Amino acid sequence: MRRKFIIKKTMYAIITVFIVLIFNYILFRILPGDPLSMIMRNPRATPEMVDTVSALYGLDKPWYTQFIMYFQNMLHGDLGMSFVYKSSVTGVIATKILPTLWMLGMAEIIAIIVGIFLGIVAAANRGTKIDVGTLGFSLVTYSMPTFWLGIIMVSVFCVGLRIFPVGGMQSPGMSFAGEGAQLLDILHHSVLPIITMSILLIGEYALTMRNTLMDVLEEDYILTAKAKGFSRKYILRKHAVPNAMLPMITIIAINLGLVIGGAIQIETVFSWPGLGSLMYESLSARDYPLLQGLFLLITISVVLANYLTDITYSYIDPRVKD
Amino acid sequence: MKLLEVKNLKTYFNISSGQVKAVDDVSFDLDYGESLGLVGESGCGKTTSALSIVQLLPKEGKIYGGEILLEGVNLAELNDGEMQKYRWNDISLVFQGAMNALNPVMRIGDQIAEAIVLHQKVSMKEALIKAGDILELVEMPRDRLMNYPHEFSGGMKQRVMIAMALACDPKIIIGDEPTTALDVMVQAQILNLIEKLRKEFNMGFILITHDLSILTETCDKIAIMYAGKIVEIAESEELFKKPVHPYTNKLIGCFPDMNGERKLKEGIEGAPPNMLELPSGCLFAPRCEFASDICHQSMPETVEVGPNHYVACHKWEEMINGQ
Repeated sequence: MRRKFIIKKTMYAIITVFIVLIFNYILFRILPGDPLSMIMRNPRATPEMVDTVSALYGLDKPWYTQFIMYFQNMLHGDLGMSFVYKSSVTGVIATKILPTLWMLGMAEIIAIIVGIFLGIVAAANRGTKIDVGTLGFSLVTYSMPTFWLGIIMVSVFCVGLRIFPVGGMQSPGMSFAGEGAQLLDILHHSVLPIITMSILLIGEYALTMRNTLMDVLEEDYILTAKAKGFSRKYILRKHAVPNAMLPMITIIAINLGLVIGGAIQIETVFSWPGLGSLMYESLSARDYPLLQGLFLLITISVVLANYLTDITYSYIDPRVKD
Repeated sequence: MKLLEVKNLKTYFNISSGQVKAVDDVSFDLDYGESLGLVGESGCGKTTSALSIVQLLPKEGKIYGGEILLEGVNLAELNDGEMQKYRWNDISLVFQGAMNALNPVMRIGDQIAEAIVLHQKVSMKEALIKAGDILELVEMPRDRLMNYPHEFSGGMKQRVMIAMALACDPKIIIGDEPTTALDVMVQAQILNLIEKLRKEFNMGFILITHDLSILTETCDKIAIMYAGKIVEIAESEELFKKPVHPYTNKLIGCFPDMNGERKLKEGIEGAPPNMLELPSGCLFAPRCEFASDICHQSMPETVEVGPNHYVACHKWEEMINGQ
């Protein structure tokens, strides 16, 4: 049963990526602006020069041939040349992906753990001050604009208290005594963006966990568990939380998928050298190949996250695999 | 000593619009191997009585008085921690919605076994073996221990629920409308199963239902509840042959006769009283065709009208003579 389910889901994921690929391709073809003029930036180019460049990039071929070329190149990991960086899109993205994964990955992990914990505590103490406090905190942080909290954090901790550096991932122009010192410097730079991002994410996790857990606690099988003589703690741990985790996993997965591209604001505020900043730059510079590459990456990570959710579900929710 | 004695139980709910006397001065007892049916319309307090016994009331509900003696131990005085030892080990429940009464993400074997592990301090492995034995007891193959609740039909789930209720060899099983959601055939199977097991293990059984028809065969004693009070309690046969309380009469009247005329039975006029504004006298008086002044003024005492036959009605003598 499960194998069939996994094969089916894998097929869906591949088809989705392929369809998005086509949209992604068409989107950049219909955008205003002629790629040739963007590449050459020379109003006095002769028709011969234009033809040469056009042939170099394959722009003289019909659209379907261009699409097949694009598709073939993509399979080889070649996403074209960035207009701005004048180097391969794959290479540019590769240098920026680690900082983003590190910062957002950490922020997500912290937010998931803290958020779920807060949600459980709030639901277990429904109606008490703890619940009201958690609810208030979650609602406030959930509704805060990302850049706004970022600026507040910078002005308090970097400008005011001077505990953390203002931005970037490393101190510029420093030479380090060793790898340890460099790592420490990176850590020092990471703290504030990671904390800021976690705070922004905690609210959503805490609220969702609280609500689903409260619904679960009203279920008949919780009454059964109570009637069986179990303590509140045991019921929460063995019966309520596993059931409440099901919707949480969906939310976590959707967020994880968006993490790759969704951090434009936070990365811009903290001048973090990651994919968010890169997207912002390539947008302002109309670097179409780079944007196309980034879009593709985001698509694949969202599809992949959903795919993994489906697979995870088949393991934790027995009702799903049939 | 009786297995279970409930004396003058008072369970009230404090809700925003006032206090609801969901169970008011209810007394009954249950002996080993005996079965008692609690009957009444929705909201008459039958489920609340059952949940009071194991102290599983919603947080608005509280026991305000009375005693619940299980082999002499007053359960009403215990706190939640002390109560946990008695739940399932001595008194287990079979709920109405077996559909939702089982945890959907847990194998039923684990759900049965966890209770055994908790109360009998055995290893999970031993508990699972016992769970398998019990599953066979309810006429299901033991390899179904590995299945999840969604892989069972409604009747099968109810069997699992019964198996679970038997897991710790309880002294009493309370069935809260255990067959209401099932079709008639499955209903009969389940009730026969409970009957068989009850006799085999000499357990007390409290069957809560609004369906009088299933009580005649199943229960030794029947208690009729109305608006939080027991209005009549008697042995099943006696109750069906010689009902005294007008409400009991009406209830039995609603029960179609197989050989009788093919027509819809008349219901009971009016509705149960608003539990927040109870009438001053007998609670049934506003719907009672025999009610006189005294019925509207004072609450009737419970009197013994025959052997083990108790009725709370001012007009009990007239009712008996009238028949």
